[in-house]
Amino acid sequence: MNYSKQFLISLYEMMQKIRKFEQAAEQLFLDGKIPGFIHLYIGEEAIAVGVMAALNDDDYITSTHRGHGHMIAKGGNINLMMAELYGKVTGYCRGKGGSMHIADFSIGVLGANGVVGGGLPIAVGAGLGIKMKGTKQVAVAFFGDGASNTGAFHESLNFASVFHLPVIFINENNQYASTAKTKETTSVENISDRAVSYNIPGVTINGNNILSVFETTKEAVKRARDQGGPTLIEAKTYRIKGHFVGDPSKYRNNSEVNKFWEKEPIKIFEKQLLDWKVLNQKEINIISLKFDQQIKEAIKFAEDSPEPYPKDALTDLFIDDSGYDY
Amino acid sequence: MKVITFSEALGETILEEMERDHTIFTYGEDIGKQGGIFGAYKSLLGKFPDRIFDTPISEEVIYGSALGAALVGMRPIVEFHFADFLFTGIQSITLQIEKIRYMTGGQGKLHLILRGPDGVSNSAAAQHSESIETIFMHVPGIKIIIPSTPYDIKGLLKTALRSNDPVICFEHKSLYAQKGEVPEEEYLIPFGKADIKRPGQDITVVTMSRMVHESLKAAQELEKEGINLEVIDLRTLVPWDKETVIKSVQKTNRLIIAHETWRRAGWGAEIASTIQEEAFDFLDAPIIRIGARNVPMPFSPVLQNYVTPDKHNVVTAAKQLMEGI
Ligand SMILES: Cc1ncc(C[n+]2csc(CCOP(=O)(O)OP(=O)(O)O)c2C)c(N)n1
Ligand SMILES: [Mg+2]
Repeated sequence: MNYSKQFLISLYEMMQKIRKFEQAAEQLFLDGKIPGFIHLYIGEEAIAVGVMAALNDDDYITSTHRGHGHMIAKGGNINLMMAELYGKVTGYCRGKGGSMHIADFSIGVLGANGVVGGGLPIAVGAGLGIKMKGTKQVAVAFFGDGASNTGAFHESLNFASVFHLPVIFINENNQYASTAKTKETTSVENISDRAVSYNIPGVTINGNNILSVFETTKEAVKRARDQGGPTLIEAKTYRIKGHFVGDPSKYRNNSEVNKFWEKEPIKIFEKQLLDWKVLNQKEINIISLKFDQQIKEAIKFAEDSPEPYPKDALTDLFIDDSGYDY
Repeated sequence: MKVITFSEALGETILEEMERDHTIFTYGEDIGKQGGIFGAYKSLLGKFPDRIFDTPISEEVIYGSALGAALVGMRPIVEFHFADFLFTGIQSITLQIEKIRYMTGGQGKLHLILRGPDGVSNSAAAQHSESIETIFMHVPGIKIIIPSTPYDIKGLLKTALRSNDPVICFEHKSLYAQKGEVPEEEYLIPFGKADIKRPGQDITVVTMSRMVHESLKAAQELEKEGINLEVIDLRTLVPWDKETVIKSVQKTNRLIIAHETWRRAGWGAEIASTIQEEAFDFLDAPIIRIGARNVPMPFSPVLQNYVTPDKHNVVTAAKQLMEGI
């Protein structure tokens, strides 16, 4: 093991933070406190955390409808996130975006996205912009297995390939796209096989193994920074929860789901860290309590925050609008 | 003043601005090596090869990448090959570019321009002849400029290249070779300021793009019959210059709106409705809307001419409005 103890703990903590946030969001939604609908990242935390550990603060990502984990792992503020889920004016998007549109451009999160595949062209554009600027940054596009069947995916990989853009495509293959089994809707066994068509490296990894996600991403990031062009990484995982909170999940049975509770990434990593004596049970409990507390504060922040004024609905469309009624 | 073509004015604007601002770059299909399918970039051939380049035929990522590039600090100008093909990448515009600033509570600067040719020309038929600006007026989130002269394209594009909001620019294919006066010194044209291309007192004609020129021809013909048109070129559709239109209607008391796009639910309907809401008392006659017939553009020149509005429609409408006076 050639990682520092501190690094390993930081990975573990970040996964826990996401898990706790998602569990709280789920409960709040079921309690009717959060409007709209939310898609949980539970069981997929190793991907966001492993990828982000290989990035610098000034790198960019585009996220998805299942984006809370990406946002937290990139350094998002959970108070502002929670307030946004509540639709409060103190939220990241001042109540205009909600769960599916959370963004913080200042930390390089160029937006979650309500359109499946919608983030890919934006990440490619970020990569193009980086190339034009001549900086050493990279852009990462997160997208689902379902998104790999959109035209946007195929256009984006070709475009990034021919211009050698510093873009890393992270496919989160959680084996379902809404109610559809990926196997039944996708022409290839491994989505990374599609990289061949675009003449870029493609690799499939266990997305529940955080160190494997980290190492694979690190290599792709290095290649991108050295002007070696894009990489497609398929991180296989499983969507343990429903597609959205409240999904009746009629399309699969519980025994299938229960199998994956055994393989979920936090449990696996926790066991590893205990084995390696990086953490003991007492320290794990302390971490758990720490995030319980942070989440509680985030909920309090959200609940204490004011609603937007109705007429705030008319702001934020344009920068240069000089009072014109658009 | 010098006299140059519309595409020369476009080219020199981009050149001047690229020299001034190193974040500007421009890409699309068939522009780098050929200067655009209608020669819009002809005067840019060989200039800035690293910043003017061709892309794969991938409209969704061409438009969507402009957004990403803007968010990391660049100022992309993206050419759409034909306005018709905007539909093949439309989600990148209507669902991403037009919404991201609003959805994120006002984050980021979306200094990007989508520009390219539209309109009827030369039996291009149904998939290469459309004018679809109304769609972008309908979906909130992008500013629309539609210049009709070399002077206007230069001034409007300069403003667009210094603003921080997304802009879409439609250039009618028939305009690229048209000549006009352009000052030697720099000038900018603000958005939302219409240009009265011809003053008159009998009828106001609100129009844009190719139909500006058709309306001016109609005005010339009608002058002989003692009918005086005031031709207003809106120049920008979002925002559009309501004040200038209302002021003109207060004077003429009659209004024609002429556009090349389909008449049904075309932007003329929006203008007509606004004027009847806000200047009803000044109207002496019903507002007349001129637009293409509500069918896809046919191929046969005979059919194309039947469907496409021109100066004759303006002349007929004007006479109808003046009947019995
Ligand atoms: C273009 C588009 N089509 C359909 C939907 C509805 N929808 C939302 S999420 C989703 C499934 C996406 O599956 P995948 O890309 O695998 O992501 P996952 O939900 O599994 O994380 C669908 C069909 C959408 N948001 N956008
Ligand atoms: Mg999926």
